[in-house]
Amino acid sequence: MIGIAALDHPADYFTWGIWSISAPNLILFAILVLLFVGALLLPFPKGGEHK
Amino acid sequence: MMSLRHAPTQDLDSRPWDGPTRHYDIFKEGAIALVIVTVLVAALAAIFSSPDDKQLTFKSWAQSSPDSMYTTMVAELAGTSDTYNYGPPYNNNSEGLSVGPIAMQKWMGVTHPINASQDFVIKPLESQTMSADVKAAVDQWNAATPEQQTQWASNYDTALNDAAGANGDPAKVPTGDYGPTSVLAQAVVDMAKTGAYDGAIMQGQFFSTDQTKQMLLMGDGSYMDDIATTDNLQGNTWGMVNEAGSWPGQMWLAPFSFWYQLPAFNNTDPNNTFAQTLTDNADAIIFAIMMVVVLIFVFVPFIPGLRSVPKWIPVSRLVWKDYYREYGRR
Amino acid sequence: MTTTDLPRVDAAPSPEEPTTWTGKIRALWMRELPPEKMLPETQPKYVSSWIYVFGMLTIVSLIVIIVTGIVLTIGGVQWWHTSSFGHYMNSLHFWSVQMFFLFMTVHLWGKFWMSAWRGRRAMTWITGAIAMIMSIATAFTGYLIQTNFNSQWIAFESKDVLNSVGMGALINVTDFGQMVLMHVALLPLCVGVIVVMHVLLVRYRGVVPPAEAIDHAHTVAITEVAS
Repeated sequence: MIGIAALDHPADYFTWGIWSISAPNLILFAILVLLFVGALLLPFPKGGEHK
Repeated sequence: MMSLRHAPTQDLDSRPWDGPTRHYDIFKEGAIALVIVTVLVAALAAIFSSPDDKQLTFKSWAQSSPDSMYTTMVAELAGTSDTYNYGPPYNNNSEGLSVGPIAMQKWMGVTHPINASQDFVIKPLESQTMSADVKAAVDQWNAATPEQQTQWASNYDTALNDAAGANGDPAKVPTGDYGPTSVLAQAVVDMAKTGAYDGAIMQGQFFSTDQTKQMLLMGDGSYMDDIATTDNLQGNTWGMVNEAGSWPGQMWLAPFSFWYQLPAFNNTDPNNTFAQTLTDNADAIIFAIMMVVVLIFVFVPFIPGLRSVPKWIPVSRLVWKDYYREYGRR
Repeated sequence: MTTTDLPRVDAAPSPEEPTTWTGKIRALWMRELPPEKMLPETQPKYVSSWIYVFGMLTIVSLIVIIVTGIVLTIGGVQWWHTSSFGHYMNSLHFWSVQMFFLFMTVHLWGKFWMSAWRGRRAMTWITGAIAMIMSIATAFTGYLIQTNFNSQWIAFESKDVLNSVGMGALINVTDFGQMVLMHVALLPLCVGVIVVMHVLLVRYRGVVPPAEAIDHAHTVAITEVAS
């Protein structure tokens, strides 16, 4: 694999009953939630108002 | 002008916006976004790379687990393999799956015919130069009636897989009426070890873009299945959304993969006939469920209740907090 | 006044009614989606949240996917296993797809909570939803044509799904040639067309106003009468 830190090693899995998710998928899902929450809460630059 | 353009408040959503505006430059926004995403993706690719586990071949199968391939070839001859008993679109040896009375798999018929013993064993052997004993075995098989063929191979299949006897070890199979079964299965494994089988199964096709036969045979044995299990790729353990290694997988398939985790689609209780019917037809039933889910998703704007959720839980006040702060809410 | 508020007759100043199909279609286009409405230099003031950038982020991710996909197409289906540049191109393709779905999901959640289908914008939602489903189908066929273990396993597993509902008779996931054509030609075309429709509808209907927006025209009229 070409890459500074290629992810070519087995992932950790988190399992609760029928629910199971790999560490990389969990990280990506956390980023998804953070992006959504951040988009709602972070202040948006003002300016360019016309009237 | 004002009186002409006056409209009741209910139409506010659909009429052109006549409130305050602000400067906007879509191309500038797009150019900035393109630079950001390109840099981000370039960095992720350079740091983390992407998965590429080498393809499996029949050569690698025969060399790493010849016994598994041998057992699989016996099953193809005996008619006990998954491919032999698949049903449409490969053969008519079972009816396939259905959702209640709707049996699309059966109705669509056999479009990619596969004759397991001929396509996986006999024809590939015949396509190569055979040693005298292999040729004798193929001739003996071809001269026999289908009933006789099945009889031989089934006898051997049963003896080979007898847990109290040979238990998978060909050397421990007691003598019996097996015809040429073991010679044929061993001939395929020997051929596969040299790499010749990978070409032979294509049966002389110059343009070979259809891997249906190879894929089905590869899945009949434990070789590919075991690797998939090691990589957490089995369907009933969220394999659909997982990826080999530590890369993220197809997370967008999670709403589909979810159903395969439910106990009703993984029934192990033979007395629970309803759950067993669900489990046997899981692929078809889950597909039907997903069609409904997709229709709900596409038609959210028209579904009473669902379309009102954003009104009941006003998350949108966060989106429009600047506007509401300045102008108030209606 | 925004440009979209101009009286419609002004948008197509033609002394005579067009008689050709071309002229009629042009007149219709100019009336319904004139250039200043398609590429406006202003937005309603309520378009003031980071949530609004995720549609654009999704589109630029798609552009990166298409460009890297074209490079991979030129190299051929097995090229990337042996060329380090090809592998990097595959990695770009892989990560841009991950980002594409990430941004699209944030965009989707945002539009759901804004109930962005209000005001005759249902078709905008529908085309967006179809674009997402088509994208999933496209990504799926991409996984099938990697010519590695992943594509073997995914083809083997997914054939059962399509076969179980009879679709396997027409769409054979174990037919590599068919999947290559779907992934590099048919499905990207479908995604492209539906995304263009989606974006045109956004411009045509405009960005949905806040659920509790005040009626500015009404407010101004009352103010004028009062003064």
